[in-house]
Amino acid sequence: MKLSCPLPKLDFDTINLGHGSGGTLTSQLLDAGVFKLLENDLLNKKHDGAIFNLSGKVALSTDTYVVSPIFFEGGNIGDLSINGTVNDLAMCGASAKYLTLGFVLEEGLKMTEFWEVLLSIKAACDVAGVNIVTGDTKVVERGKGDKIFINTTGIGIMHPKANIDAENIKTGDKVILSGPLARHGITIMSHRQGLQFESTISSDTRPLNKIVLSLLDEFGEKIHFLRDPTRGGLATVLNEIATDARFGIDIIQKNVSVEEEVIGACEMLGLDPLYVANEGLFVTVVDPTVADAVLSRLKEWEYGKMASIVGEITTDHPRQVIMKSLIGGRRVVNMLPGEQLPRIC
Amino acid sequence: MKYLSEFRSPEIVAALLKEIRGTVKGNWNIMEVCGGQTHSLVKNGILNMLPSNIQMLHGPGCPVCVTPVNLIDKAVYLAVQHEVILCSYGDMIRVPGSGMSLLEAKSKGADVRILYSPLEAVNIAKENPGREVVFFAVGFETTAPANALSVIQAFQSGVKNYAILTSHVLVPPAIEAVMSDQECEVDAFLGAGHVCAIMGMSEYYPIVEKYKIPIVITGFEPVDLLKGILAAVKQLEKGEYKLENQYTRVVEAAGNASAKDAIGRVFEVTNREWRGIGEIAASGYGVNDAYSAYDAIKKFTFDMEESHEDPTCRSGDIMKGKIKPNQCPNFGTRCTPVQPLGAPMVSSEGACAAYYYFNMVTVEDVI
Repeated sequence: MKLSCPLPKLDFDTINLGHGSGGTLTSQLLDAGVFKLLENDLLNKKHDGAIFNLSGKVALSTDTYVVSPIFFEGGNIGDLSINGTVNDLAMCGASAKYLTLGFVLEEGLKMTEFWEVLLSIKAACDVAGVNIVTGDTKVVERGKGDKIFINTTGIGIMHPKANIDAENIKTGDKVILSGPLARHGITIMSHRQGLQFESTISSDTRPLNKIVLSLLDEFGEKIHFLRDPTRGGLATVLNEIATDARFGIDIIQKNVSVEEEVIGACEMLGLDPLYVANEGLFVTVVDPTVADAVLSRLKEWEYGKMASIVGEITTDHPRQVIMKSLIGGRRVVNMLPGEQLPRIC
Repeated sequence: MKYLSEFRSPEIVAALLKEIRGTVKGNWNIMEVCGGQTHSLVKNGILNMLPSNIQMLHGPGCPVCVTPVNLIDKAVYLAVQHEVILCSYGDMIRVPGSGMSLLEAKSKGADVRILYSPLEAVNIAKENPGREVVFFAVGFETTAPANALSVIQAFQSGVKNYAILTSHVLVPPAIEAVMSDQECEVDAFLGAGHVCAIMGMSEYYPIVEKYKIPIVITGFEPVDLLKGILAAVKQLEKGEYKLENQYTRVVEAAGNASAKDAIGRVFEVTNREWRGIGEIAASGYGVNDAYSAYDAIKKFTFDMEESHEDPTCRSGDIMKGKIKPNQCPNFGTRCTPVQPLGAPMVSSEGACAAYYYFNMVTVEDVI
């Protein structure tokens, strides 16, 4: 996405401590930048909170984004912070409506970088169909932040047919993955390590609300469970599902899509794509009677061409995820105790 | 990656397993020396696909696992007491020292950085002329050339605030140490392909002759490993012992001349303590006198208490192939990746970690 909206005229080109003071500088920053760019009826009131009506069942979710570097192939911390919370709500079966936006800015952050983040936030809100309705800005001393941290909290209206709960999962249900693994995590790690791969790998950050809501429209309660495998990757999510549902999960490795370039990067970095973070990907556990239809619907989605049925819920080996390897062997897929670390050789 | 797909082919794997089953008659213990091979065997479910009369023993080929606790303590000391920028490969930072790991030191404020290459550490030294930078140079013969190059590069560019803390270990002496143990039950070895890619094959002929034992230099993919096992079994069944090279697509008999040259310029062979095993003569590399200004051991003072490790950790017995990780009474109870007693439970190449993460399930017969 090319962002071209010019930076507003400001008397400063970097963030300083005064921008977090709540005084004139804060007003200058917010009025010229944040409020103007993200304007809507609720935000324009500049009240301490947003006041609105919502009817029916709602979902609430919050997340904090601390990614480094803040700019990467395919996105930046701005669209990530919007898509992440929109997606967390979508995984509840809810359509995100209003978001709050909290910034922790590090003294010295370039205004051009802050502006680019803001433009991405605006673009992501437009794509997802959500509004920022209230927020907060703090500034910390140089060295006490990592350029910019963002918190977003979102409220969404539940889809009337949504009944997403691990308790609904039953034996025989199919586990469907919406696309290829590990794009986001590998993008971030390759930036951090300064590695360049033959073809550029980009983050898969994107909103999932529209595709999820269309699945709920069509298949309703046959969609038993939804979860996006962000930090900890697919392996972690599958283990959480197995634990919460008290069933086992059988996974077939050859059905788990990973793009060639991502496999290559994982080989080089010594990482297992099963544990690498994703952003615009989701796992759904569905009734076996609709599995093929859900898969077909996903494949029609612009990002779902590599969607696949990766496994099945079983009463064997409860609470354990077992994968049939590419060569036909079987092994347990466990959770990792911490972050995957690059290996020695 | 397409180049690798044939080495992960289920059809070729099934054919090799069938041939192994048709060949093996006796009961054989085959040790893979390298931790990367251990992980591949376990991760791909190969251990359970082999006939039950072939037992794979997991050798001392994880450099992180055999790094003595005293050196981890020294790395922590450098980071905490001397406030150096301590750079390390990721594997090392969770391994427990006597008091704390590098990860714990980092959380307490030490400047510990995870790198992929020692050359990055030289750049960090250039960017931080007011700080001392130390790279924890751990590894077998595979990482030695890059570590040596970092010293050469620092020397040639006049960088004086850089040093390496070496814990280099060598594979052939490790094989000899395993074979010299009175209780050794190893019948054949799979040699570590990447080590031989650097060093060549010549060091292994004397071992084959001395101990009359087959060694098959092997790669890391499922087909590589099964071809290596098949070659070893064929030799054992015929009563032969010779050095074979399964990994011909990577390993040449003479090795890599420029890599060996870099090693020879910076390092000299020294005695080396192996965690869990003890001192093995002429089993490591230390920085030679010409580059002693880049040797962290000589550059810094270490006013430290004596190092100690948990006496109940059985990692030495595991690395000598005497017991499997899951036969250790601490496995998965007192010793987990979150609370490890020893390095093999935390290193990405450690046998205990492999068993913990990929613990085996009922075999699915693919033949």
